[in-house]
Amino acid sequence: MGDWYQQLTSHPLGRQATSLLGLPGPAQLRRGDDPPPGPVLAGDAGKGRLGAHLRRVLGDLHLPLRWPGDEATGAAEDDNACLVLDATGLAEPADLLSLHTFFHEPVRRLAPSGRVVVFGGVPAEASSPAERAAQHALTGFVRSLAKELRGGATANLVQVARDAEGGLDSTLRFLLSGRSAFVDAQTIPITRSATDASDRSRPQADRVALVTGAARGIGAAIARTLAADGAHVVLLDLPAQGDRLTESANRLGGSAMQLDITDAAAPTRLADRIAERHGRLDVLVHNAGSTRDKTIAGMDAAAWETVMAVNLSAPLRLTEALLDRELLSPTGRIVAVSSLSGIAGNRGQTNYAASKAGLIGLVDALAGQVGGEATANAVAPGFIETDMTAAMPFALRELGRRLNSLNQGGQPVDVAETVAWLAEPGSGGVNGAVVRVCGQSLLGA
Amino acid sequence: MASTPRKAAVLAANRIPFARANGAYRRASNADMLGAALDGLVARTGLQGERLGEVAGGAVLKHARDFNLTREVVLGSKLAADTPAFDLQQACATGLEATVAIANKIALRQLDSGVAAGVDTVSDAPVALNDDLRRLLMDANAAGGPLEVAALLPRLRPHHLVPEIPKNAEPRTGLSMGEHAAITTREWEISRDQQDRLALASHQQLAAAYDRGFFDDLLTPYLGLQRDDNLRADTSLEKLSQLEPAFGTGEGATMTPGNSTPLTDGAPTVLLGSEEWGRAHGLAPLAFVVDAEIAAVDYVHGHEGLLMAPVYAVPRLLARRDLSLEDFDFYEFHEAFASTVLATLKAWEDPAYCKERLGLDGPLGTVDRTRLNVVGSSLATGHPFAATGARIVATAAKLLHEKGSGRALISICAAGGNGLVAILER
Repeated sequence: MGDWYQQLTSHPLGRQATSLLGLPGPAQLRRGDDPPPGPVLAGDAGKGRLGAHLRRVLGDLHLPLRWPGDEATGAAEDDNACLVLDATGLAEPADLLSLHTFFHEPVRRLAPSGRVVVFGGVPAEASSPAERAAQHALTGFVRSLAKELRGGATANLVQVARDAEGGLDSTLRFLLSGRSAFVDAQTIPITRSATDASDRSRPQADRVALVTGAARGIGAAIARTLAADGAHVVLLDLPAQGDRLTESANRLGGSAMQLDITDAAAPTRLADRIAERHGRLDVLVHNAGSTRDKTIAGMDAAAWETVMAVNLSAPLRLTEALLDRELLSPTGRIVAVSSLSGIAGNRGQTNYAASKAGLIGLVDALAGQVGGEATANAVAPGFIETDMTAAMPFALRELGRRLNSLNQGGQPVDVAETVAWLAEPGSGGVNGAVVRVCGQSLLGA
Repeated sequence: MASTPRKAAVLAANRIPFARANGAYRRASNADMLGAALDGLVARTGLQGERLGEVAGGAVLKHARDFNLTREVVLGSKLAADTPAFDLQQACATGLEATVAIANKIALRQLDSGVAAGVDTVSDAPVALNDDLRRLLMDANAAGGPLEVAALLPRLRPHHLVPEIPKNAEPRTGLSMGEHAAITTREWEISRDQQDRLALASHQQLAAAYDRGFFDDLLTPYLGLQRDDNLRADTSLEKLSQLEPAFGTGEGATMTPGNSTPLTDGAPTVLLGSEEWGRAHGLAPLAFVVDAEIAAVDYVHGHEGLLMAPVYAVPRLLARRDLSLEDFDFYEFHEAFASTVLATLKAWEDPAYCKERLGLDGPLGTVDRTRLNVVGSSLATGHPFAATGARIVATAAKLLHEKGSGRALISICAAGGNGLVAILER
């Protein structure tokens, strides 16, 4: 089911009608590797420690760059497409005025699908109460700014720990690109520096990725994106989904594995296959999920157990088996697909929300356990246009689509791109994060 | 030149579920089914775009346009288009003969890798022109001009409209395979109860194998089918005993649709290769193809049962390998009819028969029934003629892989009085 409302508002007559009614118009989001449609305005609020790093990354992107005090490149009349602020230097509440100074004018003329990226420090690392207050203030600021932006623009906050400055590259590139289309108002921690020797256009070249639940929907999109990034993707799903898996695997040049991950023998079978075929695993994406929606009063125990077995127990057991056999490579990336339900809660989904919140706990633990430059992170999709959401009742579906700052549902590829960013060899600086892919949903915010 | 024979390994396999005739696959051609099975194999092994040594396959019921069936399927598959292929046909032994052919070429270092396959459909069977009409048309084609063609018109007859439909009958006896088997069943005094018990075990063991995920890496769903649709997981001795006999007459009519294989559509594939090739592609051997023996019996004049050739082939193979019948961990015997398997086992235990017909000193031996068709066989899965051999090779190889070591004996009887047997080891 397409987004009829978006189609309506993109037609001139429809747009007139909806403006008369005062209804919001969902923008066509910039996606993929399309460059920002305009220059980057960058600057710092106070004495930030990221200047050199930001200049390096922005320079590599070959975008017109405007940095106060520097000579601007690109045509002077173009609207800015990206506003990048180093706010790590904010040391006390009075310094926060520099946010107003920096954004007050440029935010009025931000190009469509523009990007705001604010870099802060980690509040817990602040050396004084004043600094911690100032740094924490950034979270509320960015979330509010995200709600004020229009035209498919997003705002995100990146908190860079001390000595982790070298770990921000892949994250800044991701946030400025169209790949982060539905990631809005997030706080992303960079906890350490990272090395990145990978080919920018094929970051997953020579790497092996496993995606569970890969036959359809978000899983299929993740497999497609990782394959496009150069990975050999092992697509795993239930044996009953084998024909879809075959089709996808053959199209992507990956391989199909039919396995019920809740089977007692599944961890061994998976580890055996990875060991035998590939010798190691570089990317492990726990995407397989199942729902059996009922309020707790009306739910039978089987519905509880099915959901828990697929969504939580299986990822735990599969990961343990792979780690026990030392099959996760030193630059291994574990990404769990959680859900907004797991953060905000959802009526009729006690089982599902518990399992998806459990995944966040699992990722927390794994982040400390994987070692080396390996990482474990979670993504939490909000309303994504899939077969599952297409089957929802009309009113609920519309509500799901509109209750976010971008006024539309996300696409499976938006989740996939977020997973792919976390899975990049260069994303070693992001560990233990939970990134929502929800267009700043009002739920659980 | 390296000429020492090497071992050919079974590296992977894939088939589509088998479907009863005129059911789930009634719109699928042999090429469609074989293509689906091959694409599933490529997906499982990640061999997209790879040039394999050769693909061997075939069908028993085949349209004239499918003369190069296997090569055409390869061209439409995800394998590299420069993967060669050939068709072969040995009735129900086709898939096993294809396996032996590819394995031998690998052993002789003529190939490093290959696929053995088979396919059959009775739902999309070739229906030919009436033979008299066909001759008339050939004459018309050879005629010198319109007048000569016109002169042939009076030879047209109403019966020419009746097409030639493929028959499940031996050309030289006119008897169907079931009717032949009924003769053997009577001669060896195989009871209805014994046959029904074998059929029951086949269904129960196949169902259990599906339930424990045995086929997760041997099978890919196709056209909505996830398991063989002939499988009756809930059948019972009581249900089987109530079926009306289908072959034989009077008291000796013990063969029913329950203890005989139904007409079936389907296609399996097996990937074979040298150990080195397998290693280079991340594929560890499931088992190795060790040896094979073909035999035939004179069922037309020689008073031997049509489906009894494996009874002759096995002792010759055992003698060559210096093995006894008891030296196997798995016996994978094609269940054309339950009575065929039972007559085979009985013949090997019969001292007089073994002496007179097989030229042995005494009985060949006894097959431990707990090692026979342990995950079911043709009675439960169904039997698309040319497909069965490769299905059985895959099953035997997987069983050996699961066990970690051992030896399996494969036996397949075929139309024309042929019988092909083989040994797999790990």
